[in-house]
Amino acid sequence: MPDVAIRKTSTVVETIFHEGGPVAAAPLKRGAALAVIANPFAGRYVPDIAGFMDDLQPLGLSLARGLLEALGGDPKTIQGYGKGAIIGAAGELEHGALWHVPGGYAMREILGDAKAIVASTKKVGGPGTRLDIPVTHINASYVRSHFDAFEIGITDAPKADELLLALVMTTGSRIHARVGGLKASEIKGEDGLR
Amino acid sequence: MSAKIRKIVTIVDETRSEMGRPVTPAVRRAAAVAVIANPFAGRFEEDLTPLIEIGEELGDLLGRHALAALGIPGGQVEGYGKAATVGENGELEHAAAILHPKLGAPLRKLLGKAPALIPSAKKRGSLGTVLDVPLGHKAAAYVRSHFDGMEVRVPDAPRADEIMVAVVLTSAGRPLPRIGGLKTDEIKGEDGLR
Repeated sequence: MPDVAIRKTSTVVETIFHEGGPVAAAPLKRGAALAVIANPFAGRYVPDIAGFMDDLQPLGLSLARGLLEALGGDPKTIQGYGKGAIIGAAGELEHGALWHVPGGYAMREILGDAKAIVASTKKVGGPGTRLDIPVTHINASYVRSHFDAFEIGITDAPKADELLLALVMTTGSRIHARVGGLKASEIKGEDGLR
Repeated sequence: MSAKIRKIVTIVDETRSEMGRPVTPAVRRAAAVAVIANPFAGRFEEDLTPLIEIGEELGDLLGRHALAALGIPGGQVEGYGKAATVGENGELEHAAAILHPKLGAPLRKLLGKAPALIPSAKKRGSLGTVLDVPLGHKAAAYVRSHFDGMEVRVPDAPRADEIMVAVVLTSAGRPLPRIGGLKTDEIKGEDGLR
């Protein structure tokens, strides 16, 4: 399988103090780590692509570590996560699906025993395309306060023969969460759902 | 008056290759963006002194955030720029009050010798409006390799009564500069221009 050729990376961190309500005791941090890489399968149909998932593992780990660092460095503070991919025009949606395993694996690896499925989304798009990456609680998918989304994108990526790969982490719930549902304090932690 | 900050966003991009050629060392650019309440939204105020003071505060605060995100000592920063988007209930003059009178001094203090003018831009806009921050060399405004721009965007800002203020710092100029003009090793450093 081909090497992972990185053109650029981008890290975005939001520190949210309030959204019109009371200023939070500890501000919420939300961040994304993005990498723009060459799509080795661009421009043609390649039947056997799954091996590239292994090649992406080191990139996943490096993005996850960099993102954790940008959010303060303590894995215990991470409460939400998500992942996504934008496939350049000469690629297919299936190429973005290659990110599911290495992206998810990388975040679980550095966060310990995160139990919930990593929410994800993907699409084909051109440079500047925006992607709303869904975010849920790392241990229980039904925690309502942590249902969120983080918008990402890079002005000049992905070019037609590139992939834009993204990981997202957050340090808490929506800043003024107050619509009930399962709370983080009520997580049983058995099945990754509740 | 000190700034009422809703959120701070930092964006770091790192370009490692361009047109397949390695960029060594990689070019890093960091934007620090504050989303603040506009104290004069919706009315005409003759005296904009409070916004000028906010500019002074943000020059230091955003400079520190961008520097931390860039991960290099202030003396090694080569390029900089600043810009603001005023929400729809404010006026361009509000952005001018923040950007021009006092923002530069505390920012320069973090960067060693930085006599060049800080390139700037401003506009009125709404949530998700893209802001292109113009960039130049911090020691000599005519250094051609460092003429650049960095796009910043915060999906949920500025709301009508907010102002979004951005400071960008860079580790270098464009990735593969080759169109001549004044070079960094030719800087005299006397007048901030050459």
